[in-house]
Amino acid sequence: MRVLAAMSGGVDSAVAAARAVDAGHDVTGVHLALSRNPQSYRSGARGCCTLEDARDARRAADVIGIPFYVWDLSERFHEDVVEDFVAEYAAGRTPNPCLRCNEKIKFAAVLDKALALGFDAVCTGHYARVVDGRLLRAADPAKDQSYVLGVLTAEQVAHAMFPLGETPKTEVRREAGRRGLAVAAKPDSHDICFIADGDTAGFLAARIPAAPGPVVDTDGVQVGEHAGAFAFTVGQRRGLRIGHPAADGRPRYVLDVSPVTNTVTVGTAEQLDVTRLVGRRPVWSGPPPAVPTDCRAQVRAHGEAVPATAWCDGDRLVVELGVALRGVSPGQAVVLYDGVSDDRVIGSATLESATA
Amino acid sequence: MIRTPDGDPPVRTVYLDHAATTPMVPEAVEAMAALLGSVGNPSSLHASGRAARRHVEESRETIAAALGARPSEVLFTGGGTESDNLAVKGLYWHRRSEDPARRRILASAVEHHAVMDAVLWLAEHEGAAVEWLPVDTTGRVHPDALEAALAADPAATSLVTVMWANNEVGTVQPVADLAAVAAAYGVPFHSDAVQAVGQLPVDFAASGLGAMTVTGHKIGGPLGVGVLVLDRAQDLVPVLHGGGQERDVRSGTLDTPAIVGMATAAELAVKRRVEHAESLATLRDDLVHRVLEVVPDAVIGGDPDLSPAHRLPGNAHFSFPGCEGDALLLLLDAQGIECSTGSACSAGVPQPSHVLIAMGVPEGLARGSLRFSFGHTSTAADVDAVVAAIGPVVERARRAGQTSGPRA
Repeated sequence: MRVLAAMSGGVDSAVAAARAVDAGHDVTGVHLALSRNPQSYRSGARGCCTLEDARDARRAADVIGIPFYVWDLSERFHEDVVEDFVAEYAAGRTPNPCLRCNEKIKFAAVLDKALALGFDAVCTGHYARVVDGRLLRAADPAKDQSYVLGVLTAEQVAHAMFPLGETPKTEVRREAGRRGLAVAAKPDSHDICFIADGDTAGFLAARIPAAPGPVVDTDGVQVGEHAGAFAFTVGQRRGLRIGHPAADGRPRYVLDVSPVTNTVTVGTAEQLDVTRLVGRRPVWSGPPPAVPTDCRAQVRAHGEAVPATAWCDGDRLVVELGVALRGVSPGQAVVLYDGVSDDRVIGSATLESATA
Repeated sequence: MIRTPDGDPPVRTVYLDHAATTPMVPEAVEAMAALLGSVGNPSSLHASGRAARRHVEESRETIAAALGARPSEVLFTGGGTESDNLAVKGLYWHRRSEDPARRRILASAVEHHAVMDAVLWLAEHEGAAVEWLPVDTTGRVHPDALEAALAADPAATSLVTVMWANNEVGTVQPVADLAAVAAAYGVPFHSDAVQAVGQLPVDFAASGLGAMTVTGHKIGGPLGVGVLVLDRAQDLVPVLHGGGQERDVRSGTLDTPAIVGMATAAELAVKRRVEHAESLATLRDDLVHRVLEVVPDAVIGGDPDLSPAHRLPGNAHFSFPGCEGDALLLLLDAQGIECSTGSACSAGVPQPSHVLIAMGVPEGLARGSLRFSFGHTSTAADVDAVVAAIGPVVERARRAGQTSGPRA
């Protein structure tokens, strides 16, 4: 196969590309330039979009012995990921930009271009497996990234290659060392690559007009004032600036953020529990389930999957959770796994509501 | 490694990127290699130093003769970028030191980054006022445009810099005419002649230039060595400070083997120029005509008049509507065909070429550009390979569309 390996400059994508070569594929490396100003994105250890990362990716491609190019996806990334991120927060939702990047950039813009240029697949260093065209969790549960890939359609998965899915991370680092890849000891990336200093609240504050508004309890009684509703996420406890303690003396959490009324609602930990999730425009790995189907539902990249029952209601996905989850916000994605093995992704959707 | 679909041995490399760098001619390799094991700093007074000095001075005389300059006007540098920086910054600082009012720099809008970025740096850090001389749709600066710019405020103008021939689209500038305009106002004129030597007649004295940039690796010499030809009467302020080896204008121990290699190449490049230029033009004309047959909507960048007075004989430049240059490059590279998008690559991220934009080419079309540049190892088989590949490559790249830049 002709394989296009997306190389971030990190250890995972470098080893993935090398393994694709070992498997006999004709591999070409690309680094995706995602920043309109490469200097502004976070450097080295904490991101994937800097000049240093581009150089690391190029050196890895040299060592592996494959052609290497840089593709400029910065405009697309800005529109589809950064602006979406800001708009979602402005609307009171909590987006996952990594998931959006996989959905709109790596396995859409890049995959489309790759297929048009005659490639058969896009290879990345994600920890996940594809078996018989279905997306599965990685063998290493601590590194499993199937959640951030759960938004991919069957067609996208069919053209995806994840050579690291069977391997623990520690083994990938050792292998990188054996292969002479200088990135073997490079720290993992964390957090959001386009927020240089890791200050998400500051990033949003510079982009979303903030107005002071009320913090209310579930009875609608004002208990404080906030400087801007977008800065709060469901489940947040710190920084509420509530003037006086609750009657029961227990800590309070953000239950809801409503940008329309510029109101933040707070309540007890128990009131954060949700059991019913509704998502928009679900994506299914196979035929959509015609009847309520037992499965497991996961709402965070590194969260636990809980027993659930899911069904379609028009173009909406409804998920009844067998175990309450705490602090789930609209904008998060729910990814559904096969109910028996909890291994195979069966579908996903972005949440529009999460209720008790 | 390039393989055919059947896993056959690597296919032949078709190298058509001679404007980026061209292979050393064997005579230069031999002359340079003979000296790599020798000791001797040309500045030393002992016998080894004198031997090295003799090689350097003979090379200086050879290069001076080849370029129509006096030996004392040939200053060795580390290459084209250094020569351009030395000329632009050195002339600006010198002229400003004579008269603080001289802060204008007139530069063509199609300069190589080595000139353009040096000028921009002076504007940002040294108070220079830059005026970009406009070009026509072929990329040419008209003497009238320079005349108008100079006449606006001659006393405040520190220098003019216009390249001899453009590296991307091959457009030849009317250098002597432009230099005459500058001379009439008493303003020093610099020209980057990196692409011109060996393809066009380049005579420093006859051209009326004050300073001229030449580099070794574009004319069959080694990388890492170049020349700034600087009029005897022209002073400038150094960029590098140290031993003052080169007329107190450029410091640094001279690289004797590289200088000898460059001199050998320069002499041959000038001696063989007429024949060489003819053979390049034959190959280039053939490529242009046959690519246009295969891809009729391809657009020729630069001057459509392919004669050597208008265009470098080794340069072919196309824009392919609806394609992305880097996709074309990838697909050709996979078949062993090596060329360039011709655009500046900052951090490996392709930007639409400032040269094409200055010529009025729309940004979308500019993004789909390829430069093929011929040199002394080029053959008719190279042209055949491109003609055979280009149709399917353009078709495929067109399907991939344009993903960089704003969404259409």
